[in-house]
Amino acid sequence: MIIDVNVYLSRWPLRRLPCDELPKLVERLQACGVTRAWTASFDGLLHKDVGGVNERLAAECRQVPAGLLQPFGTVNPTLPDWREELRRCHEVHRMPGIRLQPNYHGYTLDHPGFAELLQLAAARGLIVQLAVRMEDPRMQHPLLRVPDVDTTLLPDLVTAVPDLQLVLLNALQILPGDRLSALARTGRVYFEIATLEGVAGIASLVTRVPLECVLFGSYSPFFILESAVLKLRESELSPAQLDAITFENARRIGTQLRQ
Amino acid sequence: MGKITRRALLSGAAQAAAAGTLLGHAPARATARAVAPAAAGTPACDLDRYVIWDAHGHLYSADTPPAEQMASLLRAADRMHIERVVVFMGYPWVYDPEPDEVRRQNDQVLEAIESSDGRALGFVYLNPKHTQESLDELDRCVRDGPMVGIKLWVSIRCHDPCLDPIAVRAAELNAPILQHTWSKITGNLPGESMAEDVAALAARNPATTFIAAHAGGDWETGIRAIRGTPNVTAEICGGDPTAGIVEMAVRELGAQRVIYGSDFRGRSFASQLAKVVGADIPEESKRLILAGNLQRMLAR
Ligand SMILES: [Zn+2]
Repeated sequence: MIIDVNVYLSRWPLRRLPCDELPKLVERLQACGVTRAWTASFDGLLHKDVGGVNERLAAECRQVPAGLLQPFGTVNPTLPDWREELRRCHEVHRMPGIRLQPNYHGYTLDHPGFAELLQLAAARGLIVQLAVRMEDPRMQHPLLRVPDVDTTLLPDLVTAVPDLQLVLLNALQILPGDRLSALARTGRVYFEIATLEGVAGIASLVTRVPLECVLFGSYSPFFILESAVLKLRESELSPAQLDAITFENARRIGTQLRQ
Repeated sequence: MGKITRRALLSGAAQAAAAGTLLGHAPARATARAVAPAAAGTPACDLDRYVIWDAHGHLYSADTPPAEQMASLLRAADRMHIERVVVFMGYPWVYDPEPDEVRRQNDQVLEAIESSDGRALGFVYLNPKHTQESLDELDRCVRDGPMVGIKLWVSIRCHDPCLDPIAVRAAELNAPILQHTWSKITGNLPGESMAEDVAALAARNPATTFIAAHAGGDWETGIRAIRGTPNVTAEICGGDPTAGIVEMAVRELGAQRVIYGSDFRGRSFASQLAKVVGADIPEESKRLILAGNLQRMLAR
């Protein structure tokens, strides 16, 4: 059993990906043993009509049997009436959470709407995911250069919202070590392994942060799903550690929210 | 040092190829491993059916003896069913090293490979700005020593004519030249080569075998840059495991011109192996990329 917390549907704007069609993605997830995938839409990066993006995402996830794909909607707090988007994600589409893309939506974490969004999402019992990076800044398209999200303010923002459960995506190797520790200490921030690097990276990671905050994430289909799966093999991990990372920790996040 | 020669080191490779292990199973070096139960045995993640040689890796510590570093790296390699690793450059990394520093770093690598029971292959690190010293070091480490290739990094862009004598000597010694290549929209180091630069050098030196490390970094342009230069092979390590890199390399260059490397230990074996084993390419192409091409290149 694997819960993959970092999956996207639809098209990456700048490249076709081998698994960017739903049947192929589903086949690959299943072949690698993924039983549940927390899934957002690449359309949420640049489309202004995120209402339409979320509706399509929910419908596509419903097409796939056995709850394999769990939709995580896009909310952009710089758009007019963004609170209605949050309401629809929760009440209409019954999504377990939302995925935020601050750098693609052009705001920094001191944007007043961001703090409010965290509060409102936590109050609704929604898991909040935040993608720190989508693409290596060194090789971006000259007309679409998007810096990593500056997470300096994040530890304080998390402390200010006691009910928040925050999953950072594509954050490892990018967050400085002291910020990683500060966020891990809150006990309500989680990290997934898609961008984790280094030989035996997971074994090294769990000496720096509590095992409870490490999740399985592939960033598929932008990254090759096998990368995250093979990281589980590269580190010497006990069966209990493997269970925690591959599904137990992710499952516990849901139960810690009120819902 | 002189006892272990290049020929002795590679004879194992030649025998392995002759015995057909290229298409079969590697010697069982890996021991018990914990694999996520659900992922175990799924086809794309089954590394054990491949012979794997890793074309790109580094030592990582100034304090730990090279032999100890090698042992630790090989333990991790065992878990990933990697049979041999290529290692180059000592520690700490220096962009533009003086000849003494180059020799010191190559001595570290010599120590590491001597301790490896034949599993680590060395490429000699050179700074081509010091052309004569580079030729002497090439003789010391490759002609008279156990190393089997050349690593060039970021001291000078490799289209410079000062590289030509090294390229000529490399061909005489049958030593491939692995050149770091990366094109960055954020700006390159002054001496950092792009794939285009290797293509220019390779076109002037058609008898020499070149490896464009990182496939140019920005691989969608890097692969195009070397496409028309048949004596350049793309090595895919060092970047994120972005889906499609190996598919494009095989489509544009042919599987014979693509090589797996990881850039251990900064990168993980897993993320870089996934580029090959998770690629939508024929099984035979995967075998060439994971070991066959490098074996063929070094057995010349
Ligand atoms: Zn390297």
